Amino acid sequence: MNFFLQLVVTGLAQGMIYALIAIGFVIILKCSEVFNIAQGHFVLIGGYLGYTFLVPFGLPIWAALGLAIVTATFMGLAIERLTLRPLLGEPVLAVVMVTIALASLLGGLATLLWGGEYKPYHGLLPTITLKIGAISVPSESLIGLIVSVICMVLLMLLFRYTKIGLAMRATAEDLQVVQSLGIKATTVYAVSWVIACIVGVIGGILLGGVSGAHIALADIGLKAFAVVLLGGLNSIGGAILAGIILGMLENVAAGYLDPLLPGGGLAQVFPFIVMIIVLIFRPYGLFGLVRIERI
Amino acid sequence: MGLGSGTFHENYAQDMAIFPTKLHWGVLAAFLILLFVCPLFASDRILTLLTMMGIAVISAHGLNILTGYCDQISIGHAGFMAVGGYTSAILCAKLGLPFWVTLPCGALAAGIAGLIFGLPSLKIKGFYLIMATIAAHFIIIWTIIQLRSVTGGVDGLSVPSPAIGGLMLGTKTNYFYLVMIIVCVATLLAKNIVRTRAGRAFIAIRDNDLAAEVMGISLWSYKLQAFFIGCVYAGVAGALLIHYFSFASTDQFPFMDSVWYLGMLIVGGMGSVTGAVFGAVALRLLDELVTMAGPVLSAAVAPQAAASLALMSHGLVIIIFLIFEPRGLYHRWEMIKAYFRLWPFSHQGSE
Repeated sequence: MNFFLQLVVTGLAQGMIYALIAIGFVIILKCSEVFNIAQGHFVLIGGYLGYTFLVPFGLPIWAALGLAIVTATFMGLAIERLTLRPLLGEPVLAVVMVTIALASLLGGLATLLWGGEYKPYHGLLPTITLKIGAISVPSESLIGLIVSVICMVLLMLLFRYTKIGLAMRATAEDLQVVQSLGIKATTVYAVSWVIACIVGVIGGILLGGVSGAHIALADIGLKAFAVVLLGGLNSIGGAILAGIILGMLENVAAGYLDPLLPGGGLAQVFPFIVMIIVLIFRPYGLFGLVRIERI
Repeated sequence: MGLGSGTFHENYAQDMAIFPTKLHWGVLAAFLILLFVCPLFASDRILTLLTMMGIAVISAHGLNILTGYCDQISIGHAGFMAVGGYTSAILCAKLGLPFWVTLPCGALAAGIAGLIFGLPSLKIKGFYLIMATIAAHFIIIWTIIQLRSVTGGVDGLSVPSPAIGGLMLGTKTNYFYLVMIIVCVATLLAKNIVRTRAGRAFIAIRDNDLAAEVMGISLWSYKLQAFFIGCVYAGVAGALLIHYFSFASTDQFPFMDSVWYLGMLIVGGMGSVTGAVFGAVALRLLDELVTMAGPVLSAAVAPQAAASLALMSHGLVIIIFLIFEPRGLYHRWEMIKAYFRLWPFSHQGSE
């Protein structure tokens, strides 16, 4: 029982980080109808940025986080302006391919700048230990949980009370109405990319604090897709819930089934199995908009 | 369209001919002769490059029929190649079947895998289908690694070098001939498949699936046919790839290869058989250039520069093509041909 609860709690913390990354994906999708395959590579860049600011620069965690957010802002603006804007209105395949190409570009950049090596910065994040009964919550997981929740609350406030947040929600609802009201859609797109970059980079720093920065961090992006599909493509709340569900399922499945399977590694393929099942039985996810197409 | 002045199509057969004029036949013959005398003077390295290009062309044809003609986007093509390759390798290594039996078996297995993973395509499209095919790739590779007793798992599987009858195909030259013959047959088949009833149905589905369905084209049947044909091509390419190295390993089918096959279509030109050839050749050439530039860069800049350049060059090429030439090299090639045909009058009458 303790083993099970331990797995659930670790899964919960991990799931929150997945959810945070998935939110970036959903925001871009809602605002500009672009499927951003490169979301995982924002995480990768984030992981390495965290390493750079914390270890060689020796900055305190809050400064590192701030600098990473500034970097992410510029990255998001550059990406939107240089690659996505020329492709406005192109078919799905072109847009998806450009984000895949972007992913490859960012992966190449990370390899060039950081050598594609494993860079741990375990234990540099502040330590808080929490014990509930017999279950101890690892400090990194707890921090991941707290930061994710803070980010989500901030995003919620942004969408509810700021002008740009409202503009973004309106754009997601109806682009033509928004444009006729004099809101610049391109600004909304740019901001959505900036937000996606920021949450990706924060997620990267959090995950990097647990497992170290390495090239495989980009694979988290694929898990984020599974989260997004499970939650419904255009639902932020769905993404949060699905993130938690997937994180828990993954940990529990890996904990119980890995010893039974010879090769192990179920955690890697698990999101894809979830993905296929969701796609076959409920393509619009848990909370997604049901699109009726009778063909 | 595209005929020089003074050339007329006088009957249906002429109009449907793939090579309408004597000049076309001449160019084809010259190209084939050049291709098949290549091994006489080309170095081993160039032969390897050409063989790899040939395999990529076969695979790209498959994806082109699936994605370019039927608009079922698949980012799991390397996974289907792995199915074909491994089936052929296992039959060859474990059961000792001859190469000419295992190759079609591999192709068939890949086609069936394509059918299975193509099933969701009946309910979903666009981005959902992309995710389903990405998942297909990872599930296939994971399954191969798990079936250690049959596939060798992560250690890989040695395959005896292929032979047809008494003819050993292990040498680079013989294998080059084998691949090139298959490439020619595959290209001819691809060119003809898209002109058949099925091919026209694919195009109708791509252009407007709703209208196609209303016209009585069974989406269910034709989408699955597209998956089957596309994946059979992938299976042949995968089998050829594994037998070339006489070794099967999941590392030969990385996920990014699935992406680059789509990249080949974008660079070459979506929905055109010639475009698929152009794209496959262009991206393989780029690979080769990167491999050549790698050591120089590694010495000059940093040891990791080579690996980084490989990733960045592909990404950049695809971004540049998507933004500046979304119709690909094929369109550029047609424009160049039109320029020379129409010179000195630079405008073509409307069709």
